[in-house]
This record gives sequence, structure tokens and C-alpha cells, in this order.
Amino acid sequence: MAERQSPLEPEFHVGSHGNFEHGVEILLTETRPGSIVQLAAWPGEEKKLMEAIRGVTGLALPDGAGGGLSDGVKSVFGFAPGKFTVTDEAEGLAAALAKAVTPAIGTVTDLSHGRTAIRIAGPKAEWVLSKFFAIDFALPAFPVGAGRSTAHHDVFAQIQRTGADQFDIHVFRSFARSFWKALCHASEEVGYEVQ
Amino acid sequence: MLITCPYCGPRDVIEFTYQGDGNRERPEPASQNFEAWNAYVYDRLNPAGDHNEIWQHSGGCRAHLRVMRNTLTHEISSVAFVRGDHASPARGRAEDKP
Ligand SMILES: [Zn+2]
Repeated sequence: MAERQSPLEPEFHVGSHGNFEHGVEILLTETRPGSIVQLAAWPGEEKKLMEAIRGVTGLALPDGAGGGLSDGVKSVFGFAPGKFTVTDEAEGLAAALAKAVTPAIGTVTDLSHGRTAIRIAGPKAEWVLSKFFAIDFALPAFPVGAGRSTAHHDVFAQIQRTGADQFDIHVFRSFARSFWKALCHASEEVGYEVQ
Repeated sequence: MLITCPYCGPRDVIEFTYQGDGNRERPEPASQNFEAWNAYVYDRLNPAGDHNEIWQHSGGCRAHLRVMRNTLTHEISSVAFVRGDHASPARGRAEDKP
């Protein structure tokens, strides 16, 4: 496949930035999954959709709003009632899911080229994200694997916690560079490294 | 003002969009009953107290919600998915099936 270009490219500067003399407390990177897919179940078909996701990815979704998990290669989380975002490092996930999710169960939408996944990690990740989003980032309220749908200045963001101090933020590709710049500015005061 | 979305939990009102009075009864699209259409478009209870409203969690899960909000205090006494009472086959996709 052709190599995909990053929308962050002109503003993606590898290295340490901001106030990092006393250490880097934020790591920023783009995870660049090969596949980003959204799935929606028709009312009453949610369990069948979750089963289809498990069959294709091996990831067994927990019950409950915003539940999710990651195996480090593939990730899945609920972002709305009966709706799930699934990512995979490899391409081709949408085609595999389309075979498993029949029209009677729900829909499959390939957003691999429509979203950009930005990872923020480090001891100050919660603190930086709290400047952006009015949701509770504390671990008991937002457990590892779980997903949240929210927005920053009308830029929709789906956030999955993929570690105790690590979050993957999915934003529209067309807003990604602007959001990335804002994230870099917000991380300056604690020192950040772009990898 | 916080609205507790049944899916997302408590969120700032800035994430929500008001979709109007929840008491409206929309006539069938082909209806020629002008009084019913007039009532749908113009008639409002405008209560000083609990008001049945439709909101969308547009900056979150995007679900449509039925919210009971007190117009005097902004106190919200209940929030539920609109789908809960409007997702029946009569209003949903099932009816479109052959
Ligand atoms: Zn919601």
C-alpha cells in the first residue's frame, strides 16, 4: 500500500520542547494505526456486534458504557450507545469486520483516513488533558481501556485510556494539526518530548 | 449547568444542544390537518417549573435525550434516552423492512 502522509507533518518536531530542564513529563506521538473503524449496532443487536468484534479481533468487550480494552496492537472501546471504535496497527480491518457484521446486526464505517490518533503519555498526561476537556481523568473514574466521547472547542474527540498515564485521542483528520499544536502548547510548561 | 447523560455521565451543558419542547406531537408528514401542524409548530406550554425537553449530547455520544428541567431553578430531575420511548418499530427502522 502507498505510504500514508500525516496531517501533523509540518508541526511534528521530534525532540524535547518547552520547559524540560527538570525532566520531560509528557510524551506526544502519533500512533498511526493502519485501520480505524467505527461500528454501530441496530437497537437490540448490540451483543451480536460485540461478539462479531471479538471474533475478528480477539478482544472481548466488557459490558457497560464506554467499556473497552487494548492488546497493544488492536484496541476497541464504546463511544456511544451500541457504537464502538476499533483500531488495528494493520490495514484491512474494515474488510474483515464487514464480513462478520451482517446488515442485520449493524454498520461498519472505515475511518482509517478520516481520523488521526494522537497519544499523550507521562506523569502529567491527566493534568494536561484536564486543561482541554471537562471530564474526570482520574483512574477510578476513567479506567484503563475505557473510552470517552467529548469535545474541545467543537473539535470532537474520542479518548481511550491505553495505560495508567497514557491516552489515545482520536480527532478528525482535518482538525488534527490544529489540535496537535494546542496539545504541544499545553504541554510546554511541564516539558514534553515528541517521538 | 450539568446534564447527566445516561451513557457518558455528568457533562457540562456546553456539550449539549437543545432540540426543543418534548411535548410536541409531530403530525404524519403527509397530514393535511393544518390545526395539528399549527399546534406542532407554535403551541407551547411554557411552564414555570418542570419542563419536558429534548436535548442532544452533540459534543459527546450524540444520543438524543429526554430531559426534565425546571425552568425556574435549572434543576434537572430526570434524563433518559429518547430511544427509550421512541425507538419502537413504529418510529424506527424496522418498519422500513419489506
Ligand atoms: Zn452522552
